[in-house]
Amino acid sequence: MIDLTLPAWAGWAMGCGLLLFILMVALSVRRNHGIKRSLFAMPYTLWMFIFTLLPCVLIAYYALTDANGRFTLDNFRSFWDSNHIMRENLRAMGGDEMAATVARGSVNVDTLVYSLWMAFLCTAISLVLGYPAALFMADRKMKLGATLVVLFIIPMWMNFLLRTIAWMSLLEDNGLINAFLEWIGIGRRQLMYNQQAVLLGMVYNFLPFMVFPIYTSLSKLDPKLGEAAQDLGCNEIRTLYKVTMPLSLPGVISGITMVFMPSVTTFFIPRVLGGGNTRMFGDLIESTFKTAGNWNLGSALSLIMMVLILISLSILRKADPNGEGGGIV
Amino acid sequence: MKKVLCVLLAALILLPTFALADEVVNVFNWEDYIDESVLAQFEEETGIKVNYMRFTDNEEMVISVESNPGAFDVVFPSEYMVERLINKGLLAEINFDNIPNFSNIREDLKNPSYDAGNAHSVPYMWGTLGILYNTKLVDEADVQTWKVLWNEKYAGQILMMDSLRDTMGLALRTLDASNSMNSTDYTQLKAAADLLKDQKAAGMVKAYGLDEFKDKMVAGEGALAVVYSGDAEYAIELNEDLAYVVPQEGSNIWVDCAVIPVSAKNKENAEKFIDFLCRPEIAAANVEEIGYCSPNEAAIEMMGEDYQNSNVMNPSDEVISRCEYYHDLDEMWLNIYTTLYSDVLSTKVK
Amino acid sequence: MKQFFKKCYLAIILIFLYVPIIVLIAQSFNAGKSRAKWEGLSLRWYGELFSNASIMNALWVTVSVAVIATIVATILGTLAAIGIYSMKKRPQAFMMTVTNLPNTMPDIVTGVSLMLLYIFAKVERGYFTMVLAHITFDVPYVVLSVLPKLKQMNKHTYEAALDLGATPAYALTHAIIPECKQGIVTGALLAFTLSLDDFTISYFTTSPLVQNLSTLIYSATKLGISPVYYALSSLMFVVLLVLLLIVNHRTADNKD
Repeated sequence: MIDLTLPAWAGWAMGCGLLLFILMVALSVRRNHGIKRSLFAMPYTLWMFIFTLLPCVLIAYYALTDANGRFTLDNFRSFWDSNHIMRENLRAMGGDEMAATVARGSVNVDTLVYSLWMAFLCTAISLVLGYPAALFMADRKMKLGATLVVLFIIPMWMNFLLRTIAWMSLLEDNGLINAFLEWIGIGRRQLMYNQQAVLLGMVYNFLPFMVFPIYTSLSKLDPKLGEAAQDLGCNEIRTLYKVTMPLSLPGVISGITMVFMPSVTTFFIPRVLGGGNTRMFGDLIESTFKTAGNWNLGSALSLIMMVLILISLSILRKADPNGEGGGIV
Repeated sequence: MKKVLCVLLAALILLPTFALADEVVNVFNWEDYIDESVLAQFEEETGIKVNYMRFTDNEEMVISVESNPGAFDVVFPSEYMVERLINKGLLAEINFDNIPNFSNIREDLKNPSYDAGNAHSVPYMWGTLGILYNTKLVDEADVQTWKVLWNEKYAGQILMMDSLRDTMGLALRTLDASNSMNSTDYTQLKAAADLLKDQKAAGMVKAYGLDEFKDKMVAGEGALAVVYSGDAEYAIELNEDLAYVVPQEGSNIWVDCAVIPVSAKNKENAEKFIDFLCRPEIAAANVEEIGYCSPNEAAIEMMGEDYQNSNVMNPSDEVISRCEYYHDLDEMWLNIYTTLYSDVLSTKVK
Repeated sequence: MKQFFKKCYLAIILIFLYVPIIVLIAQSFNAGKSRAKWEGLSLRWYGELFSNASIMNALWVTVSVAVIATIVATILGTLAAIGIYSMKKRPQAFMMTVTNLPNTMPDIVTGVSLMLLYIFAKVERGYFTMVLAHITFDVPYVVLSVLPKLKQMNKHTYEAALDLGATPAYALTHAIIPECKQGIVTGALLAFTLSLDDFTISYFTTSPLVQNLSTLIYSATKLGISPVYYALSSLMFVVLLVLLLIVNHRTADNKD
């Protein structure tokens, strides 16, 4: 393998070089009247190349090599069969019989499927809760849109980790909700450390990401469209169903993307609210890197994650070919 | 204008490196594992600035040390991790001439099997792994064995420790008291993992987690928790309904040590710091604050009878005889442990 | 009636969003350490906050990283947006794909990939690597906020300025930048907010030596978190809220 490693100051050099580059561009504008404006994008291009494209290539590189830097597909085999390396190790130590008893381990695949399912549930719940919210916010008669957007943004200024921890004090056995339940005579029950608690935490954290893009695309709609539909004899529900909803589709798609993605990969929420009973794929990637220290397998898992997301996004994009989805901006 | 801005920016970015020029010692210790006021005292006495960093998990710590060479001068791994770090060639030999206070350490913890020749490590705290239980909810007779963690009576009220070696180790002992917690027998390990999976699938476990469970036990959020003796001491002090036991099948006796990575940039400062921690009054202050047991005999003497007689703080010889150190596993066995344990963590309640 | 129902629905959603925050703020005034028990009103945690060196240090790291990352990302992103806007169709499409790429990558993958980059390049992780990572995830947001404003601008403004004898630099600073000022401000604000709140990417791109608030809180949660953190985030929350009110007030004034 070619040794491509760089000394420690390389990072500094890269950063300083880029800053210099910006300076140069700024200066050359003054000197050279004929400078092309498209050159302004050069530092950015360089930056994105070093800090986005190159790291992606590195993930692929680590995923396709072993700890010694040799090419291997073992990491992907380990994804499919989490017991693969263990079986090989037993065999290497002469335990052929034992190795034969080791069945395919489905931990990684199962965790992925479970995460996708949880993310699907979270997205669906957010959509069901968020769409009406966005619709009502965009209602011109209420004249509350702008204020409500701010009200939806403000909670996000509280640190995300702490917001999740706050749910702990609500859901604990001796927490506030249980105290309330006891007070009204229902009695205490275990609310934490299960799938529902994790879902609640996810919906709580990601709901605004569903509401904003839908709101943006709804508020861009021409109110005359709805009026026209009603003049043509549609009742309110039919107008909603036939006119408003299809036209807000870009926002919906953008919202789905923005909720689905972080929910597949979250690892903090299941850890705090799930207490190890709801392991998700992000959790698996994190512990593969941080506790097991297996960068190669971790990269393979990340790569699989990335590819899956890109595929599902390109399917979603088909539904919104113009890419007009609102985004949070 | 833009030029000025850029220069300013560059200066801003460069700033943090210049700020690091003084005499420093970079300490990487367990979370909540020192009386922070002694750090200030050390800084005052020596003029060396202490950069104090924390970790919560042995495995995570080793990876940090490996992947951030030069970042740490003193690290506090547990006994088997000392062994791994030595095997990986990551530890520097300590110059014991610079640590005269080493003489305060208990004789039976010197020259341990995990650091033969005692060239790399100085014991900092020690203790056992056991069960913290709520005497109001749990029958004392039940808790004398690890099997209590599989007892239907306490279903859904058990807090397990998310720690590879501890959890696999206690399951091995549950299977058979003669099993080693360092077992390299696949059949035993598989049986241990299956036992843990059954426990989880049957809904016995309330949650898998780490140190936060001592607070949960204090708050009465569980009946039983697997904890280290020091955490037990902390919890018992806050809630007198709690008690601690080392089950009869035996358990782990652990020693957290101070070591110096080979990549340390300030080795002499590191030695000064370690020696400072071995001073009886400093060790006593730390024990006072965190409630763990010190290997420092002079310190224990200073602290009086309460400490000397506490069975949580000072395990009896009978308990010690039932316990063993963890030893480092080679890559292959470590992978087998990790794979089996990962299976346990992914088990869902049926 | 219908309006009432709509308002009720929005109110319920907002209550859902605010309850945990109110709980947090309330707990920051709790005299005891336990989350479960109310032991009386106290400012104890606010007092401890300012004497806690690691929190103050983390606060400094968080804010300074956010400020540096925002400034660099805004300059880089604005220039990039102007550049991309004046590109031919093909390279423009390519640049847009590259710009959208980080948005389609989950945080954990971005974090992990940057960590691998640093490990591969043997760069010691710490403050500087965290800044680089933050700039990286901030820039695309700036580009995406500025570009739409450029598109709304009259295409010939720049040429007109040049024809009237402006140097390109003058045309840039006096014709283009003012036109997309709003986009730049939005982008910068967005970058700052994202940087302030980031956990996952910082977690993978820094060493334990340099902690920002999020990573510090993360390691503290493993232990049972101290109410000092509640006090801190309540304070930050209120400061940001006041800032928002001031900004709003000023823009309202400007409109009048």
